[in-house]
Amino acid sequence: MADLETFRAETRAWLEANCPAEMRTPTEDEEDTVWGGRNPTFRNDAQRVWLERMGAKGWTAPEWPAAYGGGGLTREEAKILAAEMRDLGCRSPLSSFGIWMLGPALLKYGSEEQKKKYLPPIVRGEIRWCQGYSEPGAGSDLASLQTRAEDRGDHFLVNGSKIWTSYANKADWIFCLVRTDPTAPKHEGISFLLFDMASPGVSTQPILLISGSSPFCQTFFDDVKVPKDQLVGIPNKGWEIAKYLLTHERNSISSMGGRAHRPVHEVAAQHVGLDDRGELDDNLLRAQIARLEVDEIAFELAMERAGDMAKRGEIHGAYSSLLKYYGSELNKRRHEILMSSGGSDALEWESDRSEHGAAPRAWLRTKANSIEGGTSEVQLNILAKRILELPGA
Amino acid sequence: MALVLNDEQTMLRDTARSFLSGEAPVAALRQLRDGHVAEGFSRELWKQFAEMGFAGVLIPEDFGGVGLGHVEAGVVAEEIGRNLTATPFLSTAVLTASALLHGGSDAQKQAWLPKIAGGEIIGALAVDEGAKHRPEKTALQATRTGNGFTLNGAKTFVVDGHVADLLVVAARTSGQPGETQGLTLFLVAGDASGVSRERTVMVDAHNAARISFDNVQVDADAALGPVDGGHELLERVLNVGRAVLAAELSGVGGQAFDITQAYVKERSQFGRIIGEFQSLQHRSAHLFSELEVTRAAVIKALQTLDANPDKAATIVAVAKARAGASTELAVQEGVQMHGGNGMTDAFDIGLYMKRARVAQELLGDSNFHADRLARANGY
Repeated sequence: MADLETFRAETRAWLEANCPAEMRTPTEDEEDTVWGGRNPTFRNDAQRVWLERMGAKGWTAPEWPAAYGGGGLTREEAKILAAEMRDLGCRSPLSSFGIWMLGPALLKYGSEEQKKKYLPPIVRGEIRWCQGYSEPGAGSDLASLQTRAEDRGDHFLVNGSKIWTSYANKADWIFCLVRTDPTAPKHEGISFLLFDMASPGVSTQPILLISGSSPFCQTFFDDVKVPKDQLVGIPNKGWEIAKYLLTHERNSISSMGGRAHRPVHEVAAQHVGLDDRGELDDNLLRAQIARLEVDEIAFELAMERAGDMAKRGEIHGAYSSLLKYYGSELNKRRHEILMSSGGSDALEWESDRSEHGAAPRAWLRTKANSIEGGTSEVQLNILAKRILELPGA
Repeated sequence: MALVLNDEQTMLRDTARSFLSGEAPVAALRQLRDGHVAEGFSRELWKQFAEMGFAGVLIPEDFGGVGLGHVEAGVVAEEIGRNLTATPFLSTAVLTASALLHGGSDAQKQAWLPKIAGGEIIGALAVDEGAKHRPEKTALQATRTGNGFTLNGAKTFVVDGHVADLLVVAARTSGQPGETQGLTLFLVAGDASGVSRERTVMVDAHNAARISFDNVQVDADAALGPVDGGHELLERVLNVGRAVLAAELSGVGGQAFDITQAYVKERSQFGRIIGEFQSLQHRSAHLFSELEVTRAAVIKALQTLDANPDKAATIVAVAKARAGASTELAVQEGVQMHGGNGMTDAFDIGLYMKRARVAQELLGDSNFHADRLARANGY
């Protein structure tokens, strides 16, 4: 325990010395999120400095082994780092599908060469990854995917199309589910491939969403040549990796249910105001917010508890579905209440005053939370079948 | 600290689970209820609680207890919840013991704590005066007379008040109802002159009482903690009770869920096990999620009371608000999924619904605690 207290003190001192002041305010809009990559965009120098410093310490991926660029922290140390960052209001230095999804899968299924090659640039935010999972004909029924990868001796030849590829037009590399054996049952002919989005034959087409932005793309592969050492794990056994990665995707989506954002009651106080007793001047809205904040605190603890159970090997493999279901529904509820808290101020779609409609665009974006990474209905099916063991599920 | 039970706490849970399901199952509650047992609980069982160390779980060894913490008290309470055990655990081992521990002089502790740990006395905390839990609205008057105080007023929803040897009474020594300043806790003998008690048989067949105080004389040394400044002590004691009660509710909800799951896996209609229907599967999975999220808040609240009691108020409010709401959902879904059988007294699920309603109301319901969180956060 004494060691942990030393770690806490040193961590706090380091954060105070190294986290720029601009990185200690709540994130307000999408440009406050740093994604890194070969051609990174930084809103200001503070974002760049903060990413470089955290990446150098491996603290963008605190629990990954130091040998692959990670922080090498124990779970207890990582909890302390997270707590101190929250206490100081430090923003996350990097948002990354590489950290949230691909990294855990590579750590479990990748070869030593693959781990050494791909993980350190993810930690430092130098390569931005996207996820090639869903296809136009394979949404909730993901395993019916049709993108083909033919074995051509020294390489695979990839043809097909992916959809809802988040930020495919900005990503450097893709981790992609492909069918390597079209004759096998649908779960058994799938492989897990990595390739460069700059490869000849890759093209992307952004999809305009109800939020007015285009974070998702349709991605096309036309005779894309992929070196064979970029297949992860065993050929035709990629579905296992796909499912494992999905549990991490679900965890990262569910974390949106936590309290990383500006508290809803602050937004409401700003737009609705307080009455002479110091209470929100809308008592039914106040009650909605209070219940929401009860649930947000509890859900954050539920995520922490899940991590603790996992560390002790006492967690069910399908628990990530619980967190994904709950966290995404909670985040949608938060944004409904945020819209109500903003009143007519939250309806503006253009104008600098509204940061170009940040509130309604974020609200609309959250509607995808309970669809992406497996719909809420799919998560409930998984819970019913695998944890509750209900018949016929 | 990890939000899971450690090995010792897991052993305690297993011990409590086998003891309570063996000695005090739901059938025991039915016997107390149907036999119209006047005291409403089993003194024999309470003796066993003392022998197992449960009655003294929070009491230090110096005062005859086993000196464990709030997590351990919650572990016992959860098993009480699973079995709907009628026991003075909350009133005596948790609320009265905590009031003495945190507010008592050495003499007061020495006089009462060993007796609580030994299962020799029953204690009760008398706070509520109206239909809803509003501690700061305490109006029961304690006026200085002679060498002590005279108490006048009435309390309601005093859990185990009808059998209590020792009452911890929240009284107003100054100020007006609604003000936190001016509250004082007093120790009053259950059979003191001027105390009259009416047992209130409640919907859950557990025990409570309405108690009136008519010129009840107590000595100056009957005050527990500071005179006029008792609000802080009262809140601390209530927070312990709320967190332990949240653990009990977690047990009530967990067991209601388990017996309902067993039912839907066995009951057949339309030629199918009803658990095959997706409408019940999705509602079951949703309910399971709610109960799991509550568990995290409850263990955090109990751990915080052990490690950092001055900062426990917020998380205790979250835990009690969550436990009340998710257990209410569990019992409502439980009765509905049992269909017509859920409406019958023969099935246990209805008893869980009744206990959940009482425990939801006790020490502040979900709305009360959500409101507390809002106030703490300045809105």
